[in-house]
Amino acid sequence: MAQMPTYWSPRLRAHARSMHPAHEFQVPDSTVAQSLDFSSVSLQGLQLEDARALLKHDAQNIQQAADESGTAYLQRLINGLCDLSLKDPLTGLSNRRHFHAVLERSIDGVARSGESVLLLLVDIDHFKSINDNHGHLAGDQVLREIAGCLAHCLRPMDTVARYGGEEFAIILPSCRPFFGRTVAERIRQAVAALSIRVSPLVTLQVTISIGGAYAPEWVRSTTDLWIERADQKLYRAKSAGRNQICLDQPQELSVSAEEKGLLFGHLALGETGAPDSPSRATPLDAEGHPLRESTYEA
Amino acid sequence: MNDGLILPAETPPAPVLPLKPAGKVLAVTSGKGGVGKTFVSANLAAALARRGHRVLVLDADLGLANLDVVLNLQPKLTLHDVFTGKARIEEAILQAPGGFSVLLAGSGMVEYSRLTAEVRDEFVRIIDSLVPRFDVVLMDTGAGISDVVLFAVSLASEVLMVATPEPTSLTDAYATIKVLVGQQQRQTVQLIVNQSTRPGSGQAITNQLQQVLDRFVGTDADRPFRLLHLGDIPSDPEVRQAIMRRQLMMQYTPDCPAGQAMTKLARTLEKTVLPART
Repeated sequence: MAQMPTYWSPRLRAHARSMHPAHEFQVPDSTVAQSLDFSSVSLQGLQLEDARALLKHDAQNIQQAADESGTAYLQRLINGLCDLSLKDPLTGLSNRRHFHAVLERSIDGVARSGESVLLLLVDIDHFKSINDNHGHLAGDQVLREIAGCLAHCLRPMDTVARYGGEEFAIILPSCRPFFGRTVAERIRQAVAALSIRVSPLVTLQVTISIGGAYAPEWVRSTTDLWIERADQKLYRAKSAGRNQICLDQPQELSVSAEEKGLLFGHLALGETGAPDSPSRATPLDAEGHPLRESTYEA
Repeated sequence: MNDGLILPAETPPAPVLPLKPAGKVLAVTSGKGGVGKTFVSANLAAALARRGHRVLVLDADLGLANLDVVLNLQPKLTLHDVFTGKARIEEAILQAPGGFSVLLAGSGMVEYSRLTAEVRDEFVRIIDSLVPRFDVVLMDTGAGISDVVLFAVSLASEVLMVATPEPTSLTDAYATIKVLVGQQQRQTVQLIVNQSTRPGSGQAITNQLQQVLDRFVGTDADRPFRLLHLGDIPSDPEVRQAIMRRQLMMQYTPDCPAGQAMTKLARTLEKTVLPART
């Protein structure tokens, strides 16, 4: 694990992190130990009742185990509180705060690595009429069911958040432009297929509208601009009749398969091998990317 | 309302600007990021400075400037202050460790990654005022084809395209060149192959790209597009060392293989692109 020199400026640290995202840079422990001294703190001296009550309310185990040290227990309480502060209480999804933190980090990654990251904004169609006709408890039930459905449709690496009242936000890292529409469509259909039982006699069919935007690759955007672009698309999906998706596709570098095939003649000629040994050519996948990067990065 | 990628429909297209005096304003760009644009800009500037040119590197990578990190500079005033009228341009020009000058973007430039009419005007004004003061202005632009990058490139008299021999880098370089030819009627682009692992491969890559461009990019038969091979920079452990130490390679190990290649690039530029010195 690499350590960043303490004299580096915050800007340089951020740069180093973005250059080497795989490395977990750590501030040397000595500086932490110097600034924070917990040796005189005892559990008895702390007022933990509120923290315990919050965690208990969230159905987390807040009892100190017999063999658990005071420090370990306190750490567990803090972890529980951190967890809690990132979650939406009704749906269990990430809350808006967590969403913004993830979005912010995505921008750093996009700017440096050019990764394709898709932001989707999801809005439940005619949610107000559900509340008006069936009551707020029914509305809450609809929110929970849809939240569960969204989470079920996505990969573990994706972030699903409750963004506002009946609005959800989804961040999909490493989502190629080609796949965005497919993913959004799958989500829309999954929600449309739900039968949500809000009372013993009433089940509801609900639809959603989805607006989405990719982060501009290689550009350091801002979260506000990115959200705004997705929001404009959501607005368009809504005004075009709801229960549909509208994505802002990134400006594409249009290179056809034929062009790609011709471009990589030099690889077949052997950037690593002799010109007359086509057998050493780097195998390419459908998009012209080498299947094994190491074969030509001598 | 956008991130600099897509202009709102109501914004009129950028006026076609006359190119800057021949050979004086060079844009260093690339199809994808992380291929060594900033490294090339800084070290090529140092190589040119060692050969007696007055060089300025303009950090035109507005959204993602890191020239300050590469050169280990902590600017007090930046391009951002010039844009916002807090400083005059000469106050923001710094002396870099390789004997050349730099104008850094500063992190506040994020908001300028949106290309508004004001940003355009200010950019043109800044370059206009730099041209008489230096022999060469190198613009370190962002990667890809966002409108800020295309605009910055459109102001340059020559485009130096940096690419590595990897397929993804070459594909993106090719796509960017296509845009430059199609939208800006460029007739030449200079290719620099960075991290080359085999001598001579840069020329082969250039020929390959030229062939595909000839076939897929329609140009005027009287004014064909030419991709020129400016030179290769070999893969060299000294480069990594210099980056990790945050030192300018040309200052500390100018005679390493990559350093020699950089000097060769500077000489080639003198012969082909830069105006003759009087």
